[in-house]
Amino acid sequence: MRHLPSISRRATLLGLSGAMLFGRTRLAVAEVPGDARLVVVILRGALDGLYAVQPYGDAALRELRAPLVLPEPGQEGGLLDLGGHFGLHPAMPKFAAMYAANQAMVLHAVAGATRSRSHFDAQDSLESGADHRLSSGWLNRALEAMPEAGRARRGLALGTDVPLLIRGSVPVGAHALRGARPPGSELLATLARLNAADPVLGPAFNEGLRARGFSAEVLGGLEPPPRGANGFAALAEAGGRLLASADGPRVAAMELGGWDTHLAQPNLLPPRLAELDNGLETLRQGLGDAWPHTAVLVVTEFGRTVRVNGTNGTDHGTGTVALLAGGAVRGGRVLANWPGLTDLFENRDLAPTRDLRAVAKALLAQHLKLPDEAVAKAFPGSEAIRPEGGLLR
Amino acid sequence: MASRSHIAAIRFGLGPRAGEALPDTPETWLLAQIRPPLAQPGLPLRVCMDSMRLGGRARLEGGLDPGQLMRAEALACTAEAVASDAPFAERLAQFWLNHFTVSRGRGQTTALIGHFMREAIRPHIFGRFEDMLLAVVRHPAMILYLDNQNSIGPDSPAGQRRRGGGLNENLAREVLELHTLSPRGGYAQADVTEFAKVLTGWSIGRNPNEPEGFMFRPFTHQPGDKTLLGQTIPEGEEGGIAALRMLANQPACHRFLAEKLVRHFVGDDPPPRAVARIRAVFGRTGGDLAAVSRALVELPEAWAQPLSKLRTPWDFVMAALRATGADISAVPNAVFAMELLGQPIWSAGMPNGYPDDAASWAVPEQLMRRVDWAQAPAGQAVTRGLQPVPVAETVLGPLLGAESAAAIRRAPSAREAMLLLLSCPEFQRR
Repeated sequence: MRHLPSISRRATLLGLSGAMLFGRTRLAVAEVPGDARLVVVILRGALDGLYAVQPYGDAALRELRAPLVLPEPGQEGGLLDLGGHFGLHPAMPKFAAMYAANQAMVLHAVAGATRSRSHFDAQDSLESGADHRLSSGWLNRALEAMPEAGRARRGLALGTDVPLLIRGSVPVGAHALRGARPPGSELLATLARLNAADPVLGPAFNEGLRARGFSAEVLGGLEPPPRGANGFAALAEAGGRLLASADGPRVAAMELGGWDTHLAQPNLLPPRLAELDNGLETLRQGLGDAWPHTAVLVVTEFGRTVRVNGTNGTDHGTGTVALLAGGAVRGGRVLANWPGLTDLFENRDLAPTRDLRAVAKALLAQHLKLPDEAVAKAFPGSEAIRPEGGLLR
Repeated sequence: MASRSHIAAIRFGLGPRAGEALPDTPETWLLAQIRPPLAQPGLPLRVCMDSMRLGGRARLEGGLDPGQLMRAEALACTAEAVASDAPFAERLAQFWLNHFTVSRGRGQTTALIGHFMREAIRPHIFGRFEDMLLAVVRHPAMILYLDNQNSIGPDSPAGQRRRGGGLNENLAREVLELHTLSPRGGYAQADVTEFAKVLTGWSIGRNPNEPEGFMFRPFTHQPGDKTLLGQTIPEGEEGGIAALRMLANQPACHRFLAEKLVRHFVGDDPPPRAVARIRAVFGRTGGDLAAVSRALVELPEAWAQPLSKLRTPWDFVMAALRATGADISAVPNAVFAMELLGQPIWSAGMPNGYPDDAASWAVPEQLMRRVDWAQAPAGQAVTRGLQPVPVAETVLGPLLGAESAAAIRRAPSAREAMLLLLSCPEFQRR
């Protein structure tokens, strides 16, 4: 039996109790959001997919990028086998365990809507869900079709920024690590009133108050988490707990940087992969009982050159990997129309054979169960790209 | 006219300082700041390079490790901005530093960014753009940040020895995309590769027998002519210099820079007419940044009300410290605050720098943190004996709305009134 949370004076001032009652009422009229949770993680800087998930069964691999190739599975320091042709970097044992439990999969030779090798154009495209930058992100447009039923917003941005991916007309909550002592509630209420007329600051200020009220209630004493290397994992854990709450958000966006490995890639990339791996595991732990209803999509703006550049790194490329994890995912496999490494895209990059939008559309349509019109609105101008079948249980 | 004084101080400057008179003739005040900047004292390049090379060991040898050195530089740079009597020039220096982002995130640049600001950016903010571009691309901080120090021409002696490969495209691509032409400037992958070859050999000295900073290494330079944007670029160090000067004077580069400047000084959606005017000044003067800066002051659009730009966390912290008459003792806290508020100093996540639009900074949790953090400078101002109502008059004057003014007057304590001033929506704008 769970006691009703006590509503603090501050929460009352912020209108949280009103939102809660309103939410319950709407629940009663059966506009229930599904149980499904979707988390999208953006890896900024372009992850070398051929390094994270190495096609050791492709004879050309060692010939083209020997300094970046790890020993085959079973050997010391070798890859973690993903079923015979591909091997996962050993810095990601937790993802490998999810894969072994059929709760994670790899999509290889994927790319977004653009062939730009500009980080910024390609990230804009990836987040906009179109071949050029839009003023809102596809995840936010998807939220338009989801009912607002709990005390929290449907959508959640994890971190001190709100990525374009989840910006748009639907208000989203935000949660970031490290708090400071907040000022008094009367003063905050005054500021909320002063900001109300400002079209940009008004909604954002209210959202900040709302998110803090909700987070404080759900997370209780979880403050302040460690900084530095554990930041991503701690944020993922907190995010998982917020998403797990029955009337919490259903969709969240996160980001992790540091993937632009033009230099010394074998030294710089494994710690980043380990950080990602830890974050996916703490996200799973935070989600707890909600994990079986969860899909986590990990994407990056493009891949990197197949050949090693002059500085033991790789330059901007095209095809790369996406990762999909979660109890809702039909995992334990690598999905790839493998293009091979003998015929490279523009004689330099892994050729893309699968559009990331097909994967994202499948998650909206089959996981969040959004209607076709909503999926089309999230990814405008992509009628020819059908949602990928069979990704989910 | 009173509001023009405030606009000059807020939009073009870093915010009025408590207890100081606002300029009577705002345009004159701004134009007078367009003059060769005073040299900024700072650590010599040798000290910075030694710290970079020694890393954590620098401390054992009696020096500063890169983290300590950057902190000292960041404090000095921040103190300069908080106290500056030429805040328009200071804003421009920050603008160009962000345009040519070097972040401590990668490439062992931590110990070099302060020097980069002092030597590659500041001396050129009222000089020629092409000279700033050259100073930037030849500075060790940029060479390391974008990985050019070991880029090797495939047909150079070094490339022949190691058989093939050797190029690193990073610097060449970002100079084209972020520093000069922008993706709309119409270049292809082939231009990126060719320009990377042009820049092979642009490296840094590595030991006491080599130059302290920039060093051209013929051994790694790709021999022969290259073709960039259809133009022939000769072999050698001179080729790189010629290519950069050529890029700096392309119409696409002028358009890109004009648009960024107008976005910064007018609004998030730069009005085409204003962009065209600034672009014309770039073209007419060959990229004379003094003329460009004057033209920005003369843009009627830049004086429009209400102020539409949202202060970035950096802007906000500078404005709050200046508004509360903070002295040098507040500076360490300010550097900490920038991190707390989402814009840690010299740490942009990607080479395109910090964003310059309201949508990127109107982040709910960040706005909460502005209020959290502002409690400290508000409290300190009251301790120093400042009165909220006169401070509000100095800091925002006629730009303060009636509702906010009433809330400040009615606040139950001077401390809360000061906090309301720093947190009200008008104070978040510039």
